[in-house]
Amino acid sequence: MTKREMVCVSCPIGCAITVELDDSGEVISVSGNSCKRGDAYARQECTHPERMLTSTVRVEGGNLPVVPVKSATPVPKEMLFDCMKEINKVSLKAPVHFGDVVIENILGTGVNIIATNEIY
Amino acid sequence: MLNYDLVVIGGGPAGMAAALRAHEKGVKKIIILERADSLGGILEQCIHTGFGLHYFGEELSGPEYAGRFITQVYDTDIDVKVDTMVLDISDDNVVTACNNFDGLLTIKATAVVLAMGCRERPRGALSIAGSRCSGIMTAGTAQKYVNIDGYMPGKTVVILGSGDIGLIMARRMTLEGAKVKAVCELMPYSGGLTRNIVQCLEDFGIPLRLSCTVVKTHGKDRLEGVTVANVDEHLKPIPGTEEYIPCDTLMLSVGLIPENELSKNAGVELDRITNGPSVDEYRQTVKPGVFACGNVLQVHDLVDYVTEESQIAGEGAARYIEGERADGEKVYTEGTNGVRYIVPQRINKNTDKDVKLYFRVGQVFRNVKLTVKCGDEVILSRPKKKMTPGEMENVLIKTDVIKRLPADSKITVSVEEA
Ligand code: SF4
Repeated sequence: MTKREMVCVSCPIGCAITVELDDSGEVISVSGNSCKRGDAYARQECTHPERMLTSTVRVEGGNLPVVPVKSATPVPKEMLFDCMKEINKVSLKAPVHFGDVVIENILGTGVNIIATNEIY
Repeated sequence: MLNYDLVVIGGGPAGMAAALRAHEKGVKKIIILERADSLGGILEQCIHTGFGLHYFGEELSGPEYAGRFITQVYDTDIDVKVDTMVLDISDDNVVTACNNFDGLLTIKATAVVLAMGCRERPRGALSIAGSRCSGIMTAGTAQKYVNIDGYMPGKTVVILGSGDIGLIMARRMTLEGAKVKAVCELMPYSGGLTRNIVQCLEDFGIPLRLSCTVVKTHGKDRLEGVTVANVDEHLKPIPGTEEYIPCDTLMLSVGLIPENELSKNAGVELDRITNGPSVDEYRQTVKPGVFACGNVLQVHDLVDYVTEESQIAGEGAARYIEGERADGEKVYTEGTNGVRYIVPQRINKNTDKDVKLYFRVGQVFRNVKLTVKCGDEVILSRPKKKMTPGEMENVLIKTDVIKRLPADSKITVSVEEA
C-alpha cells in the first residue's frame, strides 16, 4: 500500500488530500477533502491524470508568425511532451481561424488540437 | 474636436466590457482608444486555458476569451481606434490622443472610462547587483516573445517571483524544451494560484524555493548565471546561504503596477495600497464622469472579475451620461487587521444596488472569521477556511444595510480569530 499527498485544485480552499493506493494502483481511500469534487479530483489524479495542453504552431504568410493552439479537451498528463513534439512538426498557411483543427486525434488520444486565435 | 458620450481608454477585457455594457444601457456615441494594434489587451498573449470558467462556464484560452468580446464590439456601432496613444485627459474631460492616421486627436467626452491595465514591475524596481546583460526580462515580455513573436528567449531559466505569469511561463518554457531550474519567491508563500503551482511547477518537477531571492546576476553580454540566497523574516538575504545557479535567462514575475500616469495627470486620486484610483460603487473616481475598471483600478487574478467590474463601470458611465450625479451622502470602506484594501473605497448611501466589496488579505490565513462592521455593529461575519494574498476575495453588502448606516460612517472588513 502507498500513500499520496496532494492539494486539491478544484477550488481556492486547496484542501490537503491523502490518497491510499493498493499495490496495483487502485484507490483504497481518499481523505482530507471537504467535498465530493475533491474526492473525484484525487481519484482522477491518481489513476489517469489529464491536462489541457496549449502551445503555438508556425504560420506562414500571416500577420503573426505563430498561432496559439489548445487541446479541445484534456490529454493524458504523461503524453504532454509527446504531443508537443507533434505540435512542433506542424506548419500552417495563413489564414487561420478560431477553432480550425490543426491536428486531428493527436497520437490516437481522440483529442483534436485546435487554433485559438485568428491569423490573417 | 470630436464629440463622444463615452471615451474608453484601453481595449483589453476591461475596456471592451465597459464599452459593451454602456452600449447595452443605451449610450449612443462610444469610442475605444487602444495603444496596441488590435483589441484584446494582454489576453492575446495568455494562450493558456482557464479563462472564463465563471463568466462563460467554459475553459477558454486568453485569445478566445478576448475574441468573444472583440466580435461583440465589432457587431455594434462602437468606434474603435487602435495604434492610438492617449496623452491627456483635461479638467473638463477632453481627451487628447495621437496616432498615424489622425495625427493629434481631441475628443470632448461626457464620461471617460480608464481601462489602461497594468504593467509589470521591472528589473529597475529591484536592487539586484550585476551588469545590464541580455537575458533578463519580465515574465510577460518572455511570454510575448514565445507566444506572439514565436521564438524562445533562452534555454536555461531561473524565475524570480511566483506570480501567476511566472508560473505559467515556467510551464510554457518547459514544454518548449527549456530547463527551468527554479522559481524563487521572496515571501514564505506563493503569490500565484494553487492550481498554477500544481499544474505549472509540480507537474514538471520545477522547484519552488520560498523565502529565497536573487542577489546577483552574472555575465557581461549575456546572462551566465544568478546567485540566489535565502532570506530571513525581514526579507533580508542570509549570509552563507548563497548558491550559484547557471542560467541564460532570468524572468521576473514580481508584481504588477496599475498604469495610472494618465489618471494622475487628470487629477484622479489614487489609493495608496492598490495604486489605482479610489472609486465609488459604480467605479467613479473623485473626478466627476471619470470611471476606472480592470487592472488599472486593482490588480486582478481572474479576468472574469475584470469583466464583472468593468460592466459595473460601464453601467455607471451610462447613468452619468443620462444625468445621474453621485454627489449625495456617502459611507466609506476600510480594510483593517489583515485586510489590505477594499474596492470600492466609498459607497453612495442612496445606491440602488447591493455592493460587493473586493479585497485582498496581507498574508495566508487559515480557519479565521471574516468580519464586516460599522462602528460596533457587526454587519456580517463568516468563517473562512483559507484566504491567501494571491486570491481576491469579496463580500456582499445589501442595499438596505448601506441605506441605514450614518452618513460618513466607515465600513470595516477585518480578519478575526474564529
Ligand atoms: S475538496 Fe472541495 S473544498 Fe476542498 S479544495 Fe477541493 S473542491 Fe475545494
